[in-house]
Amino acid sequence: MIETTPAATGATVEPVGLLIDATRCIGCQECVRACKAEHGLPEPIGPDLNSTTYTVVVKRAGQYSRRLCMHCIDPTCVSVCPVAALRKQPGGQVTYDADACMGCRYCVFACPFNVPRYEWDKPRPVVAKSDLCVSRTSRGHQTACSWVCPMGATVSGPRSRMLAEARERIRLNPERYVDHVYGETEAGGTSVLILSGVPFDTAGYPRDVSQRPLPETTWRVLEKLPYVVLNGGIFLGGLAWIIHRRMVFQRHPELLDDLPPKGEKP
Amino acid sequence: MTRAHLAQLARDALRYPGRLALAMVLAWGVCVTVWRFHSGLGAVTHLSDGMPWGLWIGFDVLCGVALAAGGFSVMALVHLFGLTRLRPIVPATVLTAFLGYILVSVGLLYDLGKPYNMWHVFIMHNPRSVMFEVAWCVILYTTVLAIEFSGLVVERLHWRRAVAFLGRLTVPAVLAGVLLSTLHQSSLGTLFLIVPGKLYKLWYSPYLPLMFFFSALAVGFAMVIFESYLSAFVFGRSLEREILVDLARILLVTVVFYLGIKLEDLYARDAIGALFEARPETYCFWLELALLAVPAALLAFERVRWSQDATFLCATMVVLGVVINRLNVSLVGTYAASGSAYWPSFQELSVSVFLVTAGVLAFGLAVRFLGIFDAHAESAVPAEHDACRECV
Ligand code: SF4
Ligand code: SF4
Repeated sequence: MIETTPAATGATVEPVGLLIDATRCIGCQECVRACKAEHGLPEPIGPDLNSTTYTVVVKRAGQYSRRLCMHCIDPTCVSVCPVAALRKQPGGQVTYDADACMGCRYCVFACPFNVPRYEWDKPRPVVAKSDLCVSRTSRGHQTACSWVCPMGATVSGPRSRMLAEARERIRLNPERYVDHVYGETEAGGTSVLILSGVPFDTAGYPRDVSQRPLPETTWRVLEKLPYVVLNGGIFLGGLAWIIHRRMVFQRHPELLDDLPPKGEKP
Repeated sequence: MTRAHLAQLARDALRYPGRLALAMVLAWGVCVTVWRFHSGLGAVTHLSDGMPWGLWIGFDVLCGVALAAGGFSVMALVHLFGLTRLRPIVPATVLTAFLGYILVSVGLLYDLGKPYNMWHVFIMHNPRSVMFEVAWCVILYTTVLAIEFSGLVVERLHWRRAVAFLGRLTVPAVLAGVLLSTLHQSSLGTLFLIVPGKLYKLWYSPYLPLMFFFSALAVGFAMVIFESYLSAFVFGRSLEREILVDLARILLVTVVFYLGIKLEDLYARDAIGALFEARPETYCFWLELALLAVPAALLAFERVRWSQDATFLCATMVVLGVVINRLNVSLVGTYAASGSAYWPSFQELSVSVFLVTAGVLAFGLAVRFLGIFDAHAESAVPAEHDACRECV
């Protein structure tokens, strides 16, 4: 895994963001090809995300929508992975360590944006998804996709700046955009922010995504478990002890003669 | 092998069609096993990125763990709550649970993409992951079951020292088993809390953990009745009638309780309306409800509880009801949102059948050689030993 701590990069990193403006996209597929080149993935571009395609640009409702991992701020996939193969880097990138992964596919199941893909046809399969060009962005460079985009439809930079930029674009051109920055609050907020001219669900982005970070849903239960063990253990253990003592005395009433212990008898 | 041998083999095969079928199931299971590990999950399953979990998670793991739940509940009744009358069912439930958890672990090996990395849970921690917590609980609980099961074995072998040693471990082991089971039985429900947008509203509930726990409790008791009845047929051994009637009562109470929270939850979430929408999910949910409500209604009659056949029927329905529930939550409930098609492949079904067959076979062998249902099995430990252990 690539070390991306601020110390390693020599700079205080502000989490990276990616701003995708679907209204500017012309569907040239340059970003998809750049992504493949950057990650050494084979050519054919899937119609949808697949194990060798981390991002796609598809025409939906007269507009080109780009999809990739949203790099959630509190990523569901990171929270569900039992062996911490998925990690949130300090720079905001959500990375995957194939050597650690045991292939339970909980991340594929749980991701609210249906992003991670699995190598179903391999005997030693891995999970496939974007790493937000962690080797570039952790050194302060742009992602490969934003680097090549001829229309500036994808730009990268600190998330806070990307969000401000997105809001500004909507403010300046309210008739051009749906008044919502997808990713500002979805799943509690994501590093990838998307602007669209058509409603987001028709543009192919999952709707009904919770506005709160999803790891909360399971943590609410998990955080109580230590108390279940402690209180349950004391309660059940105590109950068992009382019942057993009663049973013993029922069976051997003579034992009661010695009780209470000598010296304390009135 | 000579021709005579082959001819003999063929005659035997014809004479015992049951054994032939068994041999075929096992042989085919081995073939699919090789196939799966050689060519990967995609070659033998219908799993996809939309439906990354299929029959092996839904049935082999979720149902396997639930059906083995009697291991902790019966042990708790006998060893913690002092219901010593139920002692004769302890061997069968411990055996079921132990075999069940072994099968679940083996099933997981099939399902994990990289089963050889399974041990990573020991060194790579993620306490925020439900899966991590389940993995640890299952590992620890299987250890507890191994202790309880070896207690059973040494008792049959009359190894007095080992019996005494393991006997002293019983109560702490049972207590640990109850706590660990409470955690992971409920956590299998917690697994699905992370997908509020994907699991259909009839099943998605913040109370999923509680429901998984109580349904496991109910089905654990149902399994004891179920196995005892079948063993009477196959091996001519079963439990005493009074005990089965006791179990039927306990089953009734747990099923009614579970049904209660299920319906209360629908009401509390304002989801009662979803019961009457014409959707495939609705029918599956009703099926699940019916398989619990009907046996509950029947078991309410004294006559039914005293009839072995009727009780068996009720227990079978509860088992099916809980199996359907697990399949509903893991497959039916997420199907619509997944946007992909899934129906278990023949190979997936084969592996599940293979594992169940292996389990039944092992159960049968144990019944025969360990005297699992022998109520009066000579035991190195007298019945009242347990209570007396605390005698000072
Ligand atoms: S979009 Fe999915 S895969 Fe990407 S970080 Fe969020 S939860 Fe993980
Ligand atoms: S498939 Fe791998 S990366 Fe995904 S949750 Fe399981 S172990 Fe973690």
